Amino acid sequence: MTTGARAARLPAGAVQRARRVPYARAFYGLMVRDARVLRREFVAFLLRTVMNPLLFVFVFTYVMPKIGRGFGGTAAGGVSFATVLVPGLIAVAVFFQGIAAVALPLATELGGTREIEDRLMAPLPISLVAFEKVVFSAFQSLLAALVVFPLLYLIPAEPVVVHIASWPLLIVVVLLAGLLAGFLGLLLGTVVPPRQIGLIFSLVVVPITFLGCVYYPWQELSPIPWLKAFTLINPLVYVSEGLRAAMTPELPHMPVPAVLAALVTITALLAWLSTRSFIRRVTG
Amino acid sequence: MVQRPLELRRLVKSYVHGGPNAVDGIDLAVEHGELFGLLGPNGAGKTTTVGIATTRVAPTAGTALVNGIDVVADPALAKASLGVVTQFNTLDRACTVRENLVFHCRFFGDSRHAAAHRADELLERFRLADRGDEMVTALSGGLAQRLQVARAIAHRPTIVFLDEPTAGLDPQSRLALWEVLEELRGEEGLTVVLTTHYIEEAERFCERVAIIDYGKILVCGTPTALKREHGDLAIATLGFTDLEAAREAVARLRALGAVDQEGATLRVRTADGAEAVPALVNAAGAQLRDLSLAEPSLENVFIALTGRELRE
Repeated sequence: MTTGARAARLPAGAVQRARRVPYARAFYGLMVRDARVLRREFVAFLLRTVMNPLLFVFVFTYVMPKIGRGFGGTAAGGVSFATVLVPGLIAVAVFFQGIAAVALPLATELGGTREIEDRLMAPLPISLVAFEKVVFSAFQSLLAALVVFPLLYLIPAEPVVVHIASWPLLIVVVLLAGLLAGFLGLLLGTVVPPRQIGLIFSLVVVPITFLGCVYYPWQELSPIPWLKAFTLINPLVYVSEGLRAAMTPELPHMPVPAVLAALVTITALLAWLSTRSFIRRVTG
Repeated sequence: MVQRPLELRRLVKSYVHGGPNAVDGIDLAVEHGELFGLLGPNGAGKTTTVGIATTRVAPTAGTALVNGIDVVADPALAKASLGVVTQFNTLDRACTVRENLVFHCRFFGDSRHAAAHRADELLERFRLADRGDEMVTALSGGLAQRLQVARAIAHRPTIVFLDEPTAGLDPQSRLALWEVLEELRGEEGLTVVLTTHYIEEAERFCERVAIIDYGKILVCGTPTALKREHGDLAIATLGFTDLEAAREAVARLRALGAVDQEGATLRVRTADGAEAVPALVNAAGAQLRDLSLAEPSLENVFIALTGRELRE
């Protein structure tokens, strides 16, 4: 059979219709899929988000003060420990959610099932497939912040003093933190072998959390200068401090421009590293 | 100008720097509406070749064009015009059967309504309608494969790549899959490129095949042509009443092909296959007791070209 004969047999309209799908539409399609999966797994999302801060505030700001072992009033300016914890634990929730929302599904998708291929075949550049994951994780981070905040406000037995000094700052910090954590999740998810993804939490998330100025403002580390300097490599520090500046301005906090500069720089660096790592990982 | 659905030019892929090439200079052109088979032993480079053509593997050198679109320069556009069924089940395990199709359509820009409509149409066509609301993890291998094919064509590509589509399926599911592919080709003029190591299937269903090994195409053509050019000749086995009769027949049979003798049995290698039977009978004479003929097969061609040793 000749080429001509084959081509002639084609029904009209079947000859290649390479029709470009607008990237925004394909991107939106990916978001719709993620939103559906999130709705299906919403209870798991809530539990994952709420457990840590809920127990933390319950033990340290309800149980401890009640049994006379509270840290109340130890922070600068007589502000309660419960107040110190508000920006800190929101920072952790945002951060943890951002990492988990990308790294955990990615471990399954890249590992045994290779179902990442399903998303990779969407008609947009691979970098945008990766970026969609990060954007959606940032959205989950925002949701986590909204879920956690009332807990931090309502549970403590001590007075919690929060007044939003700057809404724009609050929103910018939460969004940047969500993106930063998403890119970090993308990097970890592509670098760590899928079977060892659990290690991320003990080796990365736990140290970042405990040394992330979550339970104390950064400036109060002055008595331990080496730690004060060392924690500057921890991105969570800037999230906690940024939220402190926005929500509890009475507490000592880093200057806002420094916080924003650090967040933007780290986010950009992680965006570059993680996207490169993702592309390498999936296209061999 | 009408572009070919697939064109590969001097395609090379090396996974390890300085290591052996998984794909080592492949040139290939597939025509419209063709069902084309890539055959080869494990590790021959079939999956890598398909991976490059479907934008999922970055080539080290060379060019891959799908419908005239360079898959490296514009993967997004290439992806819009091709469909792929990968070797492993890559269905979205977090979603239902129906959602797998709906979201796929949405990735390709369909509105909510259009995507739902297309998904229902495909569920009907692929006889999955009653399983639509189940999670994909509940599907058997055959059904999952059918859903993967449905997903691959959901956005109406003009060429579909299938990597070992029938591996691990029971005979019924395999047959059903071939029927679906034939149907799609007939109705939508789809071009199909698949890899397989089931040679009988390739021989039966593919219009053209390329046998590839160590990253190179060894031969390419219709199964019939390959058998004629590269296969063993047909072997006629003739049994005689006694040794003496066989010995007498040897001289006469030599005119028809090379002859081996083993006791009262002669083996004649002939290019003519079944058409040679009358001449064989004639030359064998009255002492002939039985005759059997082994036609050449694509498998002979495959083994002759790729050798017998086991791979990986």
